[in-house]
Amino acid sequence: MEASEAKSKKQGASRLCCLCNQRRPVLKRPKTLQQICKDCFYEVFEEEIHQVIVKNGLFKAGERVAIGASGGKDSTVLAYVLSELNRRHSYGLDLFLLSIDEGITGYRDDSLETVKRNELQYGLPLQILSYKDLYGWTMDDIVKMIGLKNNCTFCGVFRRQALDRGAALLKVDKLVTGHNADDIAETVLLNILRGDIARLSRCTSITTGEDGPIPRCKPFKYTYEKEIVIYPFITESFSSILDYFSTECIYSPNAYRGFAREFIKDLERLRPRAILDIIKSGEDFRIATTTKMPEQGTCERCGYISSQKWCKACVLLDGLNRGLPKMGIGRARGGANGDHHKETKKPASAGRSLESKQCGSLDF
Amino acid sequence: FDMACNSSGCESGGCYGREKENGCKVVDVKETVRLCVKCKSNEPMTFGDGGSDDGRFCAECFRSNVYGKFRLAVTSHAMITPSDNVLVAFSGGSSSRVALQFVHELQVKALKNYEASRDRSLPVFGVGVAFVDESAAYPSLSGGMSDAIELVRSTVLSLSPPEKDLHVVTIESVFGSESVEARDRLVKLLDSVSDETGKEDLLLHLKMLSLQKVASENGYNRLVVGSCTSRLASHVLTATVKGRGYSLSADIQHVDARWKVPIVLPLRDCVWQEITRLCHLDGFDSLKTVELARHPQSGINDLVSSFVALLQEENPSRECTIVRTAAKLTPFYFNKIPETDDSCVPMATQRRLKKFNLKYDGSMTTEAFCPICNGPLNGSDSSEDESDALYAACCSSCRFQILPQEPSSLDHFGSLLPHHMISQVKHHQKFDSQTYLREKIKDCLLLDDEEAV
Repeated sequence: MEASEAKSKKQGASRLCCLCNQRRPVLKRPKTLQQICKDCFYEVFEEEIHQVIVKNGLFKAGERVAIGASGGKDSTVLAYVLSELNRRHSYGLDLFLLSIDEGITGYRDDSLETVKRNELQYGLPLQILSYKDLYGWTMDDIVKMIGLKNNCTFCGVFRRQALDRGAALLKVDKLVTGHNADDIAETVLLNILRGDIARLSRCTSITTGEDGPIPRCKPFKYTYEKEIVIYPFITESFSSILDYFSTECIYSPNAYRGFAREFIKDLERLRPRAILDIIKSGEDFRIATTTKMPEQGTCERCGYISSQKWCKACVLLDGLNRGLPKMGIGRARGGANGDHHKETKKPASAGRSLESKQCGSLDF
Repeated sequence: FDMACNSSGCESGGCYGREKENGCKVVDVKETVRLCVKCKSNEPMTFGDGGSDDGRFCAECFRSNVYGKFRLAVTSHAMITPSDNVLVAFSGGSSSRVALQFVHELQVKALKNYEASRDRSLPVFGVGVAFVDESAAYPSLSGGMSDAIELVRSTVLSLSPPEKDLHVVTIESVFGSESVEARDRLVKLLDSVSDETGKEDLLLHLKMLSLQKVASENGYNRLVVGSCTSRLASHVLTATVKGRGYSLSADIQHVDARWKVPIVLPLRDCVWQEITRLCHLDGFDSLKTVELARHPQSGINDLVSSFVALLQEENPSRECTIVRTAAKLTPFYFNKIPETDDSCVPMATQRRLKKFNLKYDGSMTTEAFCPICNGPLNGSDSSEDESDALYAACCSSCRFQILPQEPSSLDHFGSLLPHHMISQVKHHQKFDSQTYLREKIKDCLLLDDEEAV
């Protein structure tokens, strides 16, 4: 299918945009390989997102919505597009920017500057919450203690809770994050590789946590990462509005997720639609509904939603504070949740498992 | 991987590095004679292939471990029962060679029991072998094909008694003959598929069709396929990336009774490493020429195999985890041996099958299937565009990677497909369960249609 398309594309390079048939094409659309002009790209990019929002009933008029803003490309483009669509289609939403400061010098302090600029550029009120204030630890402190192997686990767990707390502070009804199609496809693959059937059944939902503190949704669920990169890049006038911070987290090199990411990039080269196909598979997997929802209670220590006695953040924090940072990493072992762990493992092999456990158990 | 070292009577073969950590008492391991961890009497076998578990088991115990998994799969899923006639799909590769060997050994044992028993109540199941010549699709294979077939023939001959029929068929036999016309038609059909991966997959579907044809035309009621855990792990990922998440669980079970001749996977729980080691141990010649000529392939299937190989390097149990995850997906009703009104099935077997709920009622067909890949269709796949019957009948994956994109070419493409695939299209064009069920029970109805429930 791609071979014949590519052939005809080469022949049609001098022709006109596939969609409007008027202007000169300037790029090949990553999702469909269509040759289109700049204006049609913006149009189709924004229109598709609008359709996703409408078809999935993501918002109701009058809702207060916080955009999880990291300063990175996804959340910056999300903030811009969402405020555009809100205005253009009169969604009637009250939009806010919510940023989490993990305390990573040379990375987060720079990207926060971007978000502060966004606040001014898009006119969206900004709230910043820091790990230091919430937990008493910055990521720099954590990495100093535990090194680079499981740091992503800590950061992911803490961030999730931080976003919920920030959303509560802002009194918003909903949280939106910039997770894109590539992210979700990666997560589907990772959950298959790691054997996490429960997460596999939830990770393709466009809205999650409806019965939790704050529902969160992903309007970019079907949007390709490449297209999110192209969107602000394509003209100078746009990129001056949409400046964003594009460096990778300085602590990320050992993420197991990298395996899946490389694979997906290779896959996309062979067959662009494979990314959407992975998401489709994830949606279609026959998973018994009984495996979907773990019993949800509240954490005894902080009151946050949790399926165990203590929420994961409290378990991790407790470990850090007690100088036992490996508590809560790998399969459930001692600590507050010792009685509740579902999987039993021989104690002798637990030592090995936490050595080899890569970060990437980001809760999705 | 290394088991935790139990200092009293250390069982671990790779204990050296962990001496200090675990306080292992075995100080001078080199002087102690290492024994098989299972039987504790023979010297362990070292394969030297860099894989896990090397040097732990002796040859006999290793072999019996693998055979044990095979036998457990066969008995717990009622794959082969005394009255069955079993066709083993043999590609010449390691996996199918092991499958063939194990089925043969099972048969030999059954024969021994039969001859030793007084009342001869349990018959011995029959075994045949099928080899599909794919040289029409892969011209590079033609050169070595006659030698390959000779090797297959001598292999099958060596596996007697009991004797086994060998059926060598060409892939183009799906068109009803093995003529030049059939060969040309195959080439035309494959050429009309522009997607590389689609072409590879279509060939796999045609191969299955030819195996089904051999099986049903020669009175076999079971088709044994040698797919191992590793192969299934790749399949889990290829199915996922092709949008085939719904039908995935149908493909990876021990039994697949969608087909006229149910398919069984007795090596499903064995990993590739075990299979290659066993072949090495028993000295099985693999038809490397046949296997190698098929490469290189540049599609998605190959990309996935490389990815899985990479993951395996990082963690040798990854394949097992992948298949275990997929095994948690809900299988279909046809992933069990179908119940047939078979009076020649021995009573003991019948009771056992009923007791463990190993069969299903064969008349229960609630799924519609894609005519090309035979995958169960998800409701969301059905297209509003019913202008072309073939397009409407296929799953979204086959629509994309196999069917021609030009609507005008669909008719011609349909004419190239084997009759068996197309005949399904006409039949299931609009699956109307009401009418279907009524058809089934109409003989019992006493009232007119309008008055019936």
